[in-house]
Amino acid sequence: MTQTRKLIDENGIRTDGRGIDDLRTVKITVGPLKNADGSAFIEFGKNRILVAVYGPREVHPKHMALPDRCVLRCRYHMSPFSTDTRKNPAPSRREIEISKVMRESLEPALMLQDYPRAAIDVFVEVLQSDGGSRCAGISAAAVALADAGIGMHDLVASCAAGKVDDKVVLDINDEEDKEGQADMPVAYMPRLEQVTLLQLDGRIAPEQFGECLDKAIGGCKMVYEIQKQALMQKYFGNETELKEEVQ
Amino acid sequence: MSSSKRSTIIVEHLRKQQMWDGLSRGKRLDGRDFSEMRQLLIETDVIKKANGSARVKLGDSEVIAGVKVETGEPFEGLENKGALIVSAEVLPTASPYIEPGPPDEEVVELARVVDRGVRESEMIDLEKLVLVPGKIVYTIFVDCSVLNTDGNLFDATSYATVAALLTSKLPIFEMQDEKVIDTGNTQPMPVTAVPVSITSARIGDYVLTDPGAEEEACMDSRITLTTTDEGFCATQKGHTGSFTPEQIKKAAEAATIKGNEVRTRLKGLVANNG
Repeated sequence: MTQTRKLIDENGIRTDGRGIDDLRTVKITVGPLKNADGSAFIEFGKNRILVAVYGPREVHPKHMALPDRCVLRCRYHMSPFSTDTRKNPAPSRREIEISKVMRESLEPALMLQDYPRAAIDVFVEVLQSDGGSRCAGISAAAVALADAGIGMHDLVASCAAGKVDDKVVLDINDEEDKEGQADMPVAYMPRLEQVTLLQLDGRIAPEQFGECLDKAIGGCKMVYEIQKQALMQKYFGNETELKEEVQ
Repeated sequence: MSSSKRSTIIVEHLRKQQMWDGLSRGKRLDGRDFSEMRQLLIETDVIKKANGSARVKLGDSEVIAGVKVETGEPFEGLENKGALIVSAEVLPTASPYIEPGPPDEEVVELARVVDRGVRESEMIDLEKLVLVPGKIVYTIFVDCSVLNTDGNLFDATSYATVAALLTSKLPIFEMQDEKVIDTGNTQPMPVTAVPVSITSARIGDYVLTDPGAEEEACMDSRITLTTTDEGFCATQKGHTGSFTPEQIKKAAEAATIKGNEVRTRLKGLVANNG
């Protein structure tokens, strides 16, 4: 990734007006879909992603069922109208890979042994894409799984960090992803202190690798608070708001 | 490939116990130390009809990579760059559990992780591979075939790809009357960096470099870190488990040291190739 123009000005302000340690605006709505067992809608910068969770339910085809635990299936899909130029609706190799890493990032959080012979399906539909759609998708999927009432050790929060204009910055947006130097998406279980997704695209010096990882984990912790708040909002409604006002 | 783990489940339990006993004493099933790689054999120019090729054996994992150079249209948004595509296939020869058919998600991931290392390191100077800007560029296909599986296909495939590209002879094409002509001459590939991936598997609290097939069957999670002389250029965590941030940073240090060792071997290929 060769950089052509400056993405951070002399005051440390990025193209979308953020500082280097700022997260984009994140909003999570829990339970927008009535038919799903659990669902979430996330607005993460310009990303608009809807996640539905069905299950635990019977496995089809039946031979896929496991005798000692539940099968987790994940589909990451981008709508044809979600990108600048129309995206072919058939699953691309990129989507197949993201579906896989997404499933693997969620699996450590789930108590799958509690639901033998069953399947849990996670459908992640990107309606409008921005940089970091896999991170936003994972964060929303974890909330949707919790909304479905599936036993979890922790939520999975996800956020990227990266390198832009030689600086390590939090939460890469679309422009920075395309024109910046590196993008490192991370998913993290803050309570268990475990990294469940780690990828890197682009060049980064060995001494910046740890810094970038730590920054992304810091972002995950911010997303974690928003996830918890969203779940509290649905299940405890105004109570939490009232308590906060009293404090 | 996932079916192989299920059908050997009884052996796996007994071997797992044996593996754990060894790991607690600092030794792996095949006697290696945790950070030790298996023997790596690299042979280049094995397919004369290809523009470049390499056959790599890492332990008993065996991969052959072939480079074919053609001309075509550039990718959208990358009009002034040549196109480079790395793909991979696990042949039905590779293990009794692999059946012919379209690549499953593990193979798609394999190809994409190897491709990412080559792409993000900017190994090949693609800007030098343009014939008519925006219209006709060199298209480099690197096709990898896994002949035998014994774990860590990521690194075996990556080394085969890099070795094949490093030793490729690029045909010189020219434009004559708006047609592409092959001049019959060749030149070396415009190489700017040598990416090397190092994969480690976590089993319990142990992080093992270059996992073998049995270790992969027992692993909790996997991490592939690709480096160049300047630092990291690609990373992929895989499998269903997780890592602590400390384990990742340790794996990153190991990937830098081991990566330099393998890089020296790969650079040696070019010197020998003259």
